Amino acid sequence: MNNLLVLPVLLPMAIAVLLMFFRTKTQLQRVIGLLGGIANVGIAATIVLRVREHGIQTLQLGGWAPPYGIVFVADMFAALLVLAASITGLAVLIYSFSTIGQKREEHYYYTFFHFLLVGVYGSFLTGDIFNLFVFFEVMLISSYALITLGGSKKQMREAPKYLLINILSSTLFVAAVAYLYAAVGTLNMAHLSQRIAEAGQGGVLNVIAVLFLVVFSLKAGLFLFFWLPGSYAAPPFAVRALFGALLTKVGLYAIVRTFTLIFPYDSSLTHTWIGGMAAATMILGGIGAAAYRDIPRILNYNVLIGVGFVAFGLSTGTRDGMEGVVFYMLHDILSKGLMFVLGGMLIAAAGTDRLDGMGGLIRRRPGLGWMFFILALALAGIPPLSGFAGKVLIVRGGLEDGMLTLSLVALASSLLTLYSIIKIFREAFWGVEPQTEPEAEMSKARPGLANVSAVLLLLFVIGLGVGANGVYGPVSQAGETLADPSLYIEAVLKE
Amino acid sequence: MEWIMAVAVGVLFMIGVYLILSKSLLRIILGTSLLTHGVHLLLLTMAGLKRGAAPVLGSGGDAYADPLPQALILTSIVISFGVTALYFVLAYRAYQTRGTDEIDAADEVRGGEEES
Repeated sequence: MNNLLVLPVLLPMAIAVLLMFFRTKTQLQRVIGLLGGIANVGIAATIVLRVREHGIQTLQLGGWAPPYGIVFVADMFAALLVLAASITGLAVLIYSFSTIGQKREEHYYYTFFHFLLVGVYGSFLTGDIFNLFVFFEVMLISSYALITLGGSKKQMREAPKYLLINILSSTLFVAAVAYLYAAVGTLNMAHLSQRIAEAGQGGVLNVIAVLFLVVFSLKAGLFLFFWLPGSYAAPPFAVRALFGALLTKVGLYAIVRTFTLIFPYDSSLTHTWIGGMAAATMILGGIGAAAYRDIPRILNYNVLIGVGFVAFGLSTGTRDGMEGVVFYMLHDILSKGLMFVLGGMLIAAAGTDRLDGMGGLIRRRPGLGWMFFILALALAGIPPLSGFAGKVLIVRGGLEDGMLTLSLVALASSLLTLYSIIKIFREAFWGVEPQTEPEAEMSKARPGLANVSAVLLLLFVIGLGVGANGVYGPVSQAGETLADPSLYIEAVLKE
Repeated sequence: MEWIMAVAVGVLFMIGVYLILSKSLLRIILGTSLLTHGVHLLLLTMAGLKRGAAPVLGSGGDAYADPLPQALILTSIVISFGVTALYFVLAYRAYQTRGTDEIDAADEVRGGEEES
């Protein structure tokens, strides 16, 4: 049948298990991981092409027809996200080679890395709400390991908080699944959607919808993001790149999937909530990004602005808004990965993470400087780059829906993004070089591989913007499924 | 029958939340354990507590208990078991590294942003 769909989950899982046996052979681990990463990009691209040609692909695991078995579903949205995630995963893997250090590598770093990817791909592809919970846990437990690996004092301070907030949200997730099962008696997403449409979404189903919104917002950092800036400042930059690019996006994907497929029938309530939370996230994220003067915090708050933008697109509920959500999430996965990779390279080059201790880096690292500049423009959404098309579509959707205030907030948050990143660019790369010597550990790192990773991501960020017309076909196909859940339901529950 | 379980789950959630809001990491972990107990009981209760045979074919009777929530609970139990074990070890390490059991204790690096 259609076993291709399970490969994005199976391959990294096999690699992760394989890597457990070669703990000390780091070169071998790198080679195997790299080959697996490249193969995964290929698999994801094949899935995208197949969905483009033949429509939504489903795979009934074990041959049990839905709603009784677990089903994997690749509509265009999921397929594109798997592709973007595998590209970013590959780039971050290459970045890890040069920065993560022998000691972490010998303690199963690449195993956890690949298990995290298993969780991410699985969450994108699954068509079952409890299976989504399980893949969330696969992803989260790997992220617990990655956030604590190394055991520095700072990690030991932040990791207990990170674990607590995620255990809490997972508990609420199970509670929400329990209520949902009691209310409609099924777990398959397509079947859930059908049942809820029959029962009419109102009363208790709205309460469950809001509970799901709370759960996924905790994971995505949508308004309930108080844990995020601290936690994401603890692990090494390669791990931060993985977290910033993928973890919050999985939460966002779950929000988008839930409120376009399972609970789309009372949008006046749920989408108003999402819109309000999006506005708050963009405002608070923008304030945070503009306020701080150390690079980790500025980057972390920029992650939040992106989350708010996608949620705003979702809350518009228009076709344009949906296409914007797809486009912007692709851009966000790639550009946030690039942002943390460049941020890590910048801090390694400057030897400090404080803006006050930097200056004049453009003379020593011109390539890094100009890549950072392009990144700033891409994040803000300057036309030839990748952030533009998504933002235009989302804001157009917002204006179509008469959400003028929210659209203005979104545009203002873009301005604050631009200001915060250009602030880094201006103060770190221009001005007078400080008199301090760069730290000695710099010389150990091999910036060559880090450059490869940054250039790879940058090419995709530019390509996504320049080739926006070519990408628009698949994006529009994805937007179509999001705007009309019956397409998804028919594909899954076909006779 | 369901309402007794609902009250029990409510009490477990209440105590769990109270414990999570305390300072000591050990109490917080106990709180998360109580919360997961509560949510597993909730899963069992919400699927209905009707009388029926254990869901084993051949155990007789016309009606069986719903097998699906039992499978879900079993999955959720092992996941929360793994996470709790990790959390305990992490708390132990955090205690060794930082010299305090308080989750939000101010230590000397605060504000200094020491890189690992």
